[in-house]
Amino acid sequence: MTLSMNTPEFLVERDLDRCIKCQVCVGQCANEVHKYDKETDSLSCDDLACVGCHRCVTLCPTHALTIKKFPLEFRENANWTANTINAIYKQAESGGILLTGMGNDKPYPIYWDHLLLNASQVTNPSIDPLREPMEVKTYLGRKPDKLDFSDGELVTEIAPQVELELPIMFSAMSFGSISLNAVKSLAAAAKEVGTMFNTGEGGLHQDLYSYGDNAIVQVASGRFGVHPQYLDAGTAIEIKIGQGAKPGIGGHLPGEKVGKEVSETRMIPEGSDALSPAPHHDIYSIEDLRQLIYSLKEATRYKKPVAVKIAAVHNVAAIASGIARAGADIITIDGFRGGTGATPLRTRDNVGIPIELALAAVDSRLRNESIRHQVSLVVAGSVRNSADIMKAIALGADAVYIGSSALLALGCHMCQKCYTGKCNWGIATQDPNLVKRLNPEIGAQRAANLLRAWKHEIKEMLGGMGINAIESLRGNRLMLRGVGLSDRDLEILGVKAAGE
Amino acid sequence: MKKIYAQEKYCIGCRLCEVYCSAVHSEYPNDLVKAFNRSKIVPTPRVKVEEDRPLSFAMQCRHCDEPHCLKACITGAMYRDEESGAILNDAERCVGCWTCIVACPYGGIFRDESKSKVVAKCDYCLDQGDPACVKNCPNGALIIEEGGE
Amino acid sequence: MQYVIVGNSAAAIGAVESIRNYDTENPILVISDEPYHTYSRPLISYYLTGLRDEESMMYRPKDFYDKYKVETMLGRRVEAVVTEKKQLKLDNQEIISYDKLLIATGGKPFLPPIEGATGPDIYNFIKLDDAKDLKEVAQPGKSAVVIGGGLIGLKVAEGLLKKEVAVTVVDLAPQLLNSILDATGADIVRKCLEKQGMEFHLGTTAKTIQNFGERKIVGLADGKEVATDFVVVAVGVVPNKHLVEDTDIKVNRGIVTDESMGTSVEGIFAAGDVAENHDILFGQNRVIPILPNAYEQGQVAGANMAGQKSVYPGGFAKNAIGFFGLSMVTAGITTAPDETFQEYSSQPAEDRYLKVVIKEGKLVGFVRINAVDRSGILTGLLMQQKDVTDLIPQLISEEIGLINLPQDLRKARLKGDAVQ
Repeated sequence: MTLSMNTPEFLVERDLDRCIKCQVCVGQCANEVHKYDKETDSLSCDDLACVGCHRCVTLCPTHALTIKKFPLEFRENANWTANTINAIYKQAESGGILLTGMGNDKPYPIYWDHLLLNASQVTNPSIDPLREPMEVKTYLGRKPDKLDFSDGELVTEIAPQVELELPIMFSAMSFGSISLNAVKSLAAAAKEVGTMFNTGEGGLHQDLYSYGDNAIVQVASGRFGVHPQYLDAGTAIEIKIGQGAKPGIGGHLPGEKVGKEVSETRMIPEGSDALSPAPHHDIYSIEDLRQLIYSLKEATRYKKPVAVKIAAVHNVAAIASGIARAGADIITIDGFRGGTGATPLRTRDNVGIPIELALAAVDSRLRNESIRHQVSLVVAGSVRNSADIMKAIALGADAVYIGSSALLALGCHMCQKCYTGKCNWGIATQDPNLVKRLNPEIGAQRAANLLRAWKHEIKEMLGGMGINAIESLRGNRLMLRGVGLSDRDLEILGVKAAGE
Repeated sequence: MKKIYAQEKYCIGCRLCEVYCSAVHSEYPNDLVKAFNRSKIVPTPRVKVEEDRPLSFAMQCRHCDEPHCLKACITGAMYRDEESGAILNDAERCVGCWTCIVACPYGGIFRDESKSKVVAKCDYCLDQGDPACVKNCPNGALIIEEGGE
Repeated sequence: MQYVIVGNSAAAIGAVESIRNYDTENPILVISDEPYHTYSRPLISYYLTGLRDEESMMYRPKDFYDKYKVETMLGRRVEAVVTEKKQLKLDNQEIISYDKLLIATGGKPFLPPIEGATGPDIYNFIKLDDAKDLKEVAQPGKSAVVIGGGLIGLKVAEGLLKKEVAVTVVDLAPQLLNSILDATGADIVRKCLEKQGMEFHLGTTAKTIQNFGERKIVGLADGKEVATDFVVVAVGVVPNKHLVEDTDIKVNRGIVTDESMGTSVEGIFAAGDVAENHDILFGQNRVIPILPNAYEQGQVAGANMAGQKSVYPGGFAKNAIGFFGLSMVTAGITTAPDETFQEYSSQPAEDRYLKVVIKEGKLVGFVRINAVDRSGILTGLLMQQKDVTDLIPQLISEEIGLINLPQDLRKARLKGDAVQ
């Protein structure tokens, strides 16, 4: 046996005065941190196994548990931090790529937190959303160049649109990376609130076809689960070129997670690894993309908008312009803070650019080229609250996708161990014992509650600005001011400095 | 009469129902810590969680329309509460003969030798309000419904 | 409509509660030769040891007769039934008319052919008065011979032993509790009781009881003699059917009843220890003198008396009994009578034994010593005659649960579907 340098990341503390030895913690931890010893009639913790998911803390009926950072100190070193050192220990032992889950957790600047919204004072009075109707309805799709009327009737044909009751959708999260109960929760919540969920690259499970009117079906590089009924099932089709959490690389769902249901939905053999290649092997140029976009439109008889999802990288503006000209109706841009079930740590933390800057660049570029109306822009990559959404729309987004926020609503505690498949909250797992923990009836309620809450907050903030329709905020950069940003940042964002 | 039903698909086998059932039948029905740490003997829970992963469910007295236990009770301690329709056991009259235990096809009655020798069974938390097990199930696996499921 | 019930124990009460379910108005008259409010007969052994008194032995609360609008004649014996006139003749010559009659007179002690079997210091143990008489003489230091090592015999023996009486038990069978246990189980019980000081003469019977000064000598068939202060005859009960002797009501061992608990004479029903009905395990008609069965039969009889069609599905014996910390539950056929039955059991230990008897894949009986928990689950399987071939290892384990049952049966139990 060789010596392991791994030390615990978390310290599990039990208040013995409050502990009633009910052993709920023992049964609930998938990492087997808590153990009951019959001989001594006492409970013990294996701190090394703790991932900081708080399952035991939340379920403990007497609140006897808490989780703290493990108090192991290295000599102070601003360069060689504990994380950096431990990463090397791990790789020295495993010889493998470091994996992680969820989104970039490094202290890069968060531009949302440097943008401030306007409010009405004196002129253009505020509107009270409880007394006046506020329009937050959003349509995603290609808008016509102009509108033609004849005899008071509209004669211009409008391209197919996705109708949303509010400018927030559930991000692409595949069945396979998350459990069926999690997908069911999001689908039901989307239906209840009047928005969309995205199938991700896992295909659409049989049980979810009834939610087709609230689904955007994804065609990713592995083409998992793609067949004619699948394309017809949703309200729109999204071609996934890239993802903010891991730009430039593909996806990998380990064989252990490919059980009977995942296998049937993805149309791959049970137990086989689901590997999504980095590129679509039939898309090597913008013309190839155009070909695929129109193949999908043909296959669905031009009834559904086709979206293209890209990661926010350098030159994202030029790429977006090309995609718009390739015939896409919607462009989804996923910033570098986007979440995932599994990705190499270094890719997640060092590849891609912030969505705020990408969004501003793409919106400006498309406006400058007079093609902004040809696509709707949907952005993702750590939209954390309704203020982020307001700022995104002001920068030019038509709508946002939420991924991490949605999973947090379902019970995720951001422990970043999704890739182990032992999600104690029943979200990022296929283990039936764990999947049970997410009751889709309760999950749907929680996710719907989040959207309802944000919808109200958006209306409040709009009212505060004196506008009663989200369309008036869209791309309206004058409603934003920057704080603590350099001149360069302000220029790229197209936003004035606070005080100006 | 409304009954408690266990939904297998949502039961996570955490046993919080058993914990709360014990507590509300103790000397400290509103204080979980005292109920377990101060009571001389922690009361037998009247609900039982059975587990064979991934299957698990919680089971308690079905408060039958035709209660086998009531018919079998040799002392008349087992009776039906007129108002609620629940089947209750009068611990003063019970002699702990266990005839009801061998009569109940659902296994819903349990031996309770904490104070004297009597049986313990779900009493629908009649003096508490809503059944404690249903109120405290963290995943909505226990529901109360009229008649059938 | 005058309902008359002869008897005041489990079957009678079952009938009263059932009648009142459907008929809240018409008068009910209960006649019993015992002068007591309805009491639980099984509790007389608790009376003997002082754990229960008259008031705490009541089978139903004090206000039961008022609440259910029942008139009572307690301490009155019915001598005969005159079926043509629909009348009862009481011991005080009074005549009672009935429209519907239930005979629930229970059982009386079986008197074996013993020379000198009547007289002072010889007791039975069936009803409260017997317990009252016995309680007076059961003093520390005395000795007793209990004839009968069955349910009643051992219960009175245990009671006497707790009152520091030296007890010797005599039984014709080579084992105790012959009616409910197999040899292995009976052995465990015997060893437990011997540890407490009880003595046994098994495989023999009492032939004579002779006076010997203030004491008695019991002569056994194997030649032994036992000197003692008093004798309790507790061999068993036989149906108390004297009042139908000169009638055309069909009797066998007990009063013959059909699936509505009716006798061969219309309007007359019988239930409880006095009646004979279908035993679902033996597949034939028997008297099953068990309180749960008596109550259920009374219920069915009562319903039919009130004009509500109710069918008795048949019964089987099930028992819960305990001695000195050894508790057990048994049901049905516990020893395989021939090779068409299979037996499966756990390794018998000093204080634990689990056994099932299977016929054609169905559970027909079980023994569980110190494994009482959730044993009703087996009773349910027995009641419904389910195929249990795949369940046998779980059935002889202490960990039996609903989770072991096949899915559809488990779901039915969880829903609380009736088990008949």
